[in-house]
Amino acid sequence: MKKLLRSIFLVDLLEGLWVTFRNQNPKQIVTEQYPSARPKVAERYRGAPRLNINPENGATLCISCDLCALACPENLIVVGWERNPETKRKDLVTFTYDISRCMFCGLCEDACPVDCLELTQDFELANYSREGAIWDRQMLEEGPKPVKYKY
Amino acid sequence: MAETFLDSTELVLNMGPQHPSTHGVLRVIVKLDGEKVLGTDCVIGYLHRGVEKLGENRTYQQFAPYVDRMDYVASVSNGLGYCLAVEKLLGVEAPPRAQVVRVILTELNRIASHLIWLGTHALDIGAITPLFYCMRERELALNIFEKYCGARLTTHAFRIGGLQYETYDGFEKEVLDFCDVFLPKADEYEELLTGNRIWVDRMRNVGLLNATDCKAFGVTGPLLRAAGEKWDLRKAQPYSGYEKYDFEIPTGDRGDNFDRYIVRMEEMRQSVRIMRQAVASIPAGPIMAKVPKVIKPPVGEVYVSIEAPKGELGYYIVSDGTTLPYRVRVRPPSFVNLQALDRMSKGALVADLVAIIGTIDIVLGEVDR
Repeated sequence: MKKLLRSIFLVDLLEGLWVTFRNQNPKQIVTEQYPSARPKVAERYRGAPRLNINPENGATLCISCDLCALACPENLIVVGWERNPETKRKDLVTFTYDISRCMFCGLCEDACPVDCLELTQDFELANYSREGAIWDRQMLEEGPKPVKYKY
Repeated sequence: MAETFLDSTELVLNMGPQHPSTHGVLRVIVKLDGEKVLGTDCVIGYLHRGVEKLGENRTYQQFAPYVDRMDYVASVSNGLGYCLAVEKLLGVEAPPRAQVVRVILTELNRIASHLIWLGTHALDIGAITPLFYCMRERELALNIFEKYCGARLTTHAFRIGGLQYETYDGFEKEVLDFCDVFLPKADEYEELLTGNRIWVDRMRNVGLLNATDCKAFGVTGPLLRAAGEKWDLRKAQPYSGYEKYDFEIPTGDRGDNFDRYIVRMEEMRQSVRIMRQAVASIPAGPIMAKVPKVIKPPVGEVYVSIEAPKGELGYYIVSDGTTLPYRVRVRPPSFVNLQALDRMSKGALVADLVAIIGTIDIVLGEVDR
């Protein structure tokens, strides 16, 4: 009799559903709605490289010391510079960074004495071609511009 | 009647390299009599990247990111072993603060590695739920890595002579929170698996390997401990200050798959114990020892081994006095443990072979290097 009543009032089903709904707290949802919502990566995240510029006048902070190129295990950084005859300093001309070979170990960032080269929180590095993965100075200073999708 | 291939009872079968249960690109040539395994032969090298050779062409600091890519589910342990080896070669020692932080991160990584093992191994045997649960808890550990050093998998967390990064604000609290969250979850996994009839039937008395055979093969780690040998390098030759922490070495008595599972579950709990003690005792002070910018160790050779999640991970480095190592030889635990597969799987069924490969806990990146 009790068994019959249980099956008539769907007790077992409701108990099961209660377990299901108990675990559906919206706060516990861990799925990220990428790309409409981008995940927040850690402050120290080692992502796309960036060449920092002086925010006031836009001049590069790089002193062409070549230490990042020496530190890189994959030898993927090429620093092009020429001696300025007036100031007797090295002026940065080109800076090439091949992110297709980069393993984001952070050694170049550690080696930089003026906090110019930095691995940033940008993580969207896809390209349509291999050449596109070789970043020049302009790309490194501006940073990648991933498409922002609207839904 | 003419003899055809149908008459033969023995069958040679290639399992892998694309088999999902070989955890990567391992190819096992299996000789079968019906469903019974007569013998196995492992063909490795599908993931060979020449890491040891790369070491000869990189400076000591530059090689550090590559060791993370051998055992990529326990990259922190790899980095620790390499850093300790070069530090011994140089004759420096990491400052106390760096040592404690190293221990915390390595133990966290041990839990992450064992969680991957538990999840994938349970999946091999047919229990799908633990995989999702294990990944969920592993995520918490990876978040701590990401916040600490900026990478989740191939961390490059340690540098020769100490640490590059100071701990972030709230590091201690997050580690303790992880410990608090993890312990009930570990009980939950055991609730799902330990008493489960299918799980026990698939694990008990499968893949037996006794302590004598373990020593003969050089098998270390949870496999050796499951065979009843109380051997853990953290106790036997403490490094990085492990002698200061109070923890047990879990052992099994039969040396079968089930014992290995129990040993690993218990090891995760012991790791939590170590982490709690370590967090309580983080000293203040520098995180980097005095190491020259250009590392030129004296001529000599050194072998340093640590207890990685999978067993004894050793680095043998020969220095010829230049900035590049003359030879970097890695003694990976998975590679050595994999040798025992033939002994363990003789007479088992094909389905058990999958379970046995699972319990060895191989990572092919480390086997092939």
